[in-house]
Amino acid sequence: MHKNHQISATVLLRNHQVILNGKVIFEVAKDLELSVFLKACYQDLEIDYAKFYKMDLLSKLGFIASEYLAKDQKLNSETALILQNSAGSLETDLNYQASISDENAFASPSVFVYTLPNIVLGELSIRHQLQTENAFFISEKFDASFLIVYLQNLFSTNKANAAICGWLDLDKEGYNVFLSLITQDEKGNALTAENLKENYEQFKTRA
Amino acid sequence: MQQKPAVHIIDDEIIAPLGWGTSANLAQIKQRQTAIKKHKISAENFYYAALFEEEKLQQNFDELSFSKAEDFTKLEKLFLITVHHLLERNPINLEETVLIISTTKGNVELLEKAENSIPEKSKLYSLGKTIQKYFNLKNEPITLSNACISGGLGLSVGKRLLEENAYKNALVLGGDVVSKFTRSGFQLLQAMDSEICKPYDKKRKGINLGEATAGVLLSTEKRNSTIQIVGEATANDANHISGPSRTGEGLVKAISLALKEAHLEASAIDCISAHGTATLYNDAMEAQAFGRLNLQQKPLTSYKAYYGHTFGASALIESILSIKSLQQNLLFPSLGCDEIGVEPPLNIQQNLEKKELKFALKTASGFGGCNFAMIFKNLKYA
Repeated sequence: MHKNHQISATVLLRNHQVILNGKVIFEVAKDLELSVFLKACYQDLEIDYAKFYKMDLLSKLGFIASEYLAKDQKLNSETALILQNSAGSLETDLNYQASISDENAFASPSVFVYTLPNIVLGELSIRHQLQTENAFFISEKFDASFLIVYLQNLFSTNKANAAICGWLDLDKEGYNVFLSLITQDEKGNALTAENLKENYEQFKTRA
Repeated sequence: MQQKPAVHIIDDEIIAPLGWGTSANLAQIKQRQTAIKKHKISAENFYYAALFEEEKLQQNFDELSFSKAEDFTKLEKLFLITVHHLLERNPINLEETVLIISTTKGNVELLEKAENSIPEKSKLYSLGKTIQKYFNLKNEPITLSNACISGGLGLSVGKRLLEENAYKNALVLGGDVVSKFTRSGFQLLQAMDSEICKPYDKKRKGINLGEATAGVLLSTEKRNSTIQIVGEATANDANHISGPSRTGEGLVKAISLALKEAHLEASAIDCISAHGTATLYNDAMEAQAFGRLNLQQKPLTSYKAYYGHTFGASALIESILSIKSLQQNLLFPSLGCDEIGVEPPLNIQQNLEKKELKFALKTASGFGGCNFAMIFKNLKYA
């Protein structure tokens, strides 16, 4: 019999604030560039991970959010990574497209590699050494009901026993990140679509 | 644990430069015909790819009665044709059906003309909206973009949702078209062969690009189905974002988990439809993984030298070909391997061969370190 899964931690990156389990734990001035905010977060986390510097912005957002989420614990080795967004890898797609449209620009293979939304899942898998189920879904809006059904299947078929799931979106308008850690711990609130949606909707304004 | 409903393959469709419809594709494969040709980019620049003839595509699309007012993209046309064929043959209750779309780049070519605003159709979820609109689908479509395993993962997602009784049917689509965006990218990565690709061959140099769409109808109702999905899994290598694990870590894990779910030993597998992109590292990695699982003697086919690499469509097309192998008890020939160039050597299927086949394994691997495995069972021998 499966122990019930809980939403044991959540993190939001919005308006240049890091909101962990409902509390603002770090922030920088809102008029700064996104890359400056992310670098400040990296320094706040006091980590040393050179790969961070070569990631595109979508991967950096996912990396920073998951670092806060997993700060005081080692992730279970069967933690699935299930993310959604609406823009895919649009920000990097546009950068790459600009580089091939302009004859004077230098098109780089290392930029091209990031023109897939699931690359961030690879980055997180490497960072946390997770040889687990990964999927990246594209949806106009955050779809908690779908995520719940999908997670239920992964857990009940023993394809995973924990998960990082949520919303990781970046486009010209800004960014919006909500990651939740789903585990079989005692603490947290029950894994339901309502609870997941409620957590997503806290502090809801777009950067 | 509560028993999950079994998931059956009801119907399938492949729309590709190789052939219009699954049967036409099979006829070509049985004759060892490829769709890959030399295409000109400029006076001195060319590449090999399997591309649609625009006129033929338009002709076929015009025969169907879609709105003349809407300006459809090439990929939208291909998806609409695929869904039209599947729904015409299979009158299903759309209220109990979920649409799942796998694509890596969707309508990315629209970004070429994007000035200040981003065209709505460049968003990947727009493909689902278009199909939903023209077929009056009730449920919100699901779109996934998971590199080269997308088409296979789409089948997994369909199976998983059906197992949870969320829907009765899943219509799984996979597709991508060739654009300057992907072509230039793979040129930069120096990952393209300057001839027709040679999966598992000593002289393999890389991929060819291809474009196609495919569709599979899944259901928890058996109807006339003779094929069931009995196991599937994905696993990340956790090793590198653009190169596979040299030891095939993620692929070994994905296959092992799929076998476990199917309650099978590796020895039960009768044939493999592998990824076989013809890049140096992918094919070498697959050989390592199959060797570690003692699958290196199993008849193995790569279809990349027929279709090129069709990205979001590839693992779905190749799953359909696994299903056809089981249904017709035929091993299909792999093209392009004259001298085996992987270690341990794999048993590359060179000819069309009649054989009783009960279990087929489909695998795929992709950027981001993702790996996919799925096992199909032939119910004729159940």
